[in-house]
Amino acid sequence: MNIHEYQAKQLFKSYGINVPNGQMATTKQEAVNIYTQLNVESVVVKAQAHTGGRGKAGGVKLVSSASAVEEASDQILGMTLVTKQTGAEGKLIEKVLVEETSQIEREIYLSLLVDRETANVVCVASKEGGTEIEELAEHSPEKIAKEYISIHTGIRSFHINALAKQLEIPKPLMKEFRSFCQNLYYLFITHDCSMVEINPLVITKDQHIIALDGKVGFDDNALYRHSEIQKLRDEKEEDPREAQAAQEGFSYVSLDGNIGCMVNGAGLAMGTMDMIKSFGGEPANFLDVGGSADAQKVASAFKLILSDESVKAVLVNIFGGIMKCDVIAEGLITAVKELNVSIPLVVRLEGTNVEIGKKILENSGLKIQAASTFAKAARQVVQLANQA
Amino acid sequence: MAILLDNNSKVLIQGITGKHGLFHAKGCAEYGTNIVGGVTPGKGGTFVEDFAVFDSVAEGKQKTGANVSCIFVPAPFCYDALIEAIDAEMELVICITEGVPVLDMVKVKNYLKGKKTKLIGPNCPGIISPGMGKVGIMPGYIHKQGNVGIISRSGTLTYEAVHQVGAAGFGQSTCIGIGGDPVRGLGFIECLELFNDDPDTDAIVLIGEIGGNDEEQAAQWIKKNCKKKVVSFFAGRTAPKGKRMGHAGAIISGKGGTAESKIEAMKEAGVPVADRASDIGKTLLEAMNG
Repeated sequence: MNIHEYQAKQLFKSYGINVPNGQMATTKQEAVNIYTQLNVESVVVKAQAHTGGRGKAGGVKLVSSASAVEEASDQILGMTLVTKQTGAEGKLIEKVLVEETSQIEREIYLSLLVDRETANVVCVASKEGGTEIEELAEHSPEKIAKEYISIHTGIRSFHINALAKQLEIPKPLMKEFRSFCQNLYYLFITHDCSMVEINPLVITKDQHIIALDGKVGFDDNALYRHSEIQKLRDEKEEDPREAQAAQEGFSYVSLDGNIGCMVNGAGLAMGTMDMIKSFGGEPANFLDVGGSADAQKVASAFKLILSDESVKAVLVNIFGGIMKCDVIAEGLITAVKELNVSIPLVVRLEGTNVEIGKKILENSGLKIQAASTFAKAARQVVQLANQA
Repeated sequence: MAILLDNNSKVLIQGITGKHGLFHAKGCAEYGTNIVGGVTPGKGGTFVEDFAVFDSVAEGKQKTGANVSCIFVPAPFCYDALIEAIDAEMELVICITEGVPVLDMVKVKNYLKGKKTKLIGPNCPGIISPGMGKVGIMPGYIHKQGNVGIISRSGTLTYEAVHQVGAAGFGQSTCIGIGGDPVRGLGFIECLELFNDDPDTDAIVLIGEIGGNDEEQAAQWIKKNCKKKVVSFFAGRTAPKGKRMGHAGAIISGKGGTAESKIEAMKEAGVPVADRASDIGKTLLEAMNG
C-alpha cells in the first residue's frame, strides 16, 4: 500500500525528520488560506497522486502571491495528470500540497528498502539527487552507495558514517544527519515499510537537512498490525477491480488486452497470460482465484472479469489439487447462467476429478468450450477473441 | 533416496486443530507420511481425530521423536511458530502459510544462520518425495516416484510441471515448492546443491518467475557446479512493471527481476528454457534424449 506525499511528510515530521512547512488543500480557497498562514513569499503547489514525474506533467507549480496560488490550485485541482507511470488514462487530482520553498544548496537521493537477497534492510543513497534512481543505476552505478543494515543491530554509527562519506555530508551537519538516519530507519521498521524514498533530500543554504519529497510504501502482509496506517489508504488511487478482488480474497491485476483469464495459483496465472501472448493474444487481466477457492469464489471472480467491457473471450485454466474440478465446473455453470454470459468461454481443467468436471460442463448445454490441453485452450481463446 | 524428506521423516503439524491444518494433516497421513502428531498451545494432551496434540514443538519432539514440522498457523502467528520450531532444532520446517510480513521473515532468516534447521517457504505448497511422503498441500496422486527433481516458486504451476513430466514418462525424486515470498527459507541454489548430490536424481526442472534475481544466480551456480541435466521455465513474461502478481515476491522493480533477464541467464548457462508453460515436459524429454 502506498500513501500520498503529504501523508508521508506528516509521518516524517512525527519522527523528527525535517520537512518544509505546508499543508494539504482540496479547494483553491483552502490553498490560499494555507499560503496566508505560511506567511512566506513563495510556495510550491504540488498535485497529490501516487506517481512520480508530477513536475514534468504540469502538476507542480512555483508561485509567489495569493492570486497565483489560487490560479495554480485551480489549474491543478481537477486536472488529469498523465505521467509515464500513470499510463494514458492519467490520474484525477483532488488534493494539492501547498508548502514553503527551500533554499537548496545540494540535492541527495536516499531510500530504505528490504533487500530480498541478503534479508537485510538496505539504504541506497547517492550524491546525485533529483534524478530517477533507475536512470542513475543504469548510467552511473558507481555513484550509488548501498549500506546493508542487519535487523538485529539496527542502523549503527558505522553505517551512517559510511553514508555520510559517500554523500559528502559536511562535518557541522553530521549531528543532524545522524539523527535523520536513525529516525528514518526507526520509522521504516516500526511501520513495516516496504520502501521509503526521499528524492530529493536537500541540504539547505542555511545548513539543514530537509526531505523535499517523500514516497512511502507499506508491506500489505503487515497492514493488519498497523491500524493507523490503514486509515491513510486512498481508495481512489486503486484500480476498483483490484480493490474488490482483494476484498474477496483473490489477486487481480488489470491489463490492456481483451482476453479475460481465471486461473488458480499465481505462477500458473502468469504462465497462462504468457501463453495467450505467445499465440498472438492479449490478456485483459491477471487473476489468481487461490488454491482453496470454492464455487462461490469462482462465480465472483467470473463476475469481476466480465465487469471489464474490453473482455471479448474468457479462458479458465484450473489445475485442481485441493480444488476439485467438479466443484469448479459447477461454480462456472452457476456463474454463466446467472450472468447470462454471451461471450465465448474456453475452459481447461486438469487434476482432481477432472473427468467428472468435464462431463458436468458437457452436459450443461451451455456454450462452454472444453479444451483438452493447456496449449489448445490458449490457442482457441485467442482465435475466438480475434473473431469477436 | 530423495532429498530432505524420506522414510525416516516424522512430522509434527503446527496448527493441527485449525481447519487447514487438520485437513492437510489427514491428506499427508493418507499419502503415507508419518504424521506423529500436532501442536496447538493450550490443547496439549488432547487428540484431534487420531492425532495427538502437544502444547509445544519441543514437547512434541520429545514425545514422538519428530524431526520435521509443518506450519499452518495464521500469518500473524507464524513468526512465533517458526522461531519455536527452529529453537526445538527441527531438521526441516515447512511453512505453508501465505501472508507472513516480510520483516518477520527477515528476522527469521537471520535467526536461522548457524542453526541446524532447514526452512522451506513460507507461502509454498510444501515438499513431496513420491512413494515416501508428502508434507504440504499438493495433490499426492499426480506424482510418481522417479529420477527428476523439481524446484519451483509456484504451487499449481508445479503441479502442471509434475503432470507434464509424468506424461513425458518420468517420475520425481523430490518436488520442492520454495514459495512465492521475497524473503524465504531454502532458495534455488540450496535445493540444486541437494539434488546435485542425490544419486537418485538424474535431472532437475527449475521453475522460476519474475522478481528478485535468485534465478540469475542459480544459472551461474549451475554453469559452475551442476552435474545433472537442468531444464527450466519462467513465468511472467507479460507481467507489467511495478505490479505485484499474486505472489508477494513476484514484482518487477526497477531494471531487475524480469523474465527476460532470467531466461537469458539460463540460456547463457546452457540450460534449456521452455518457451511456453505447456512445453515443460517436452523440453525435459528433449534434454533427456539429447
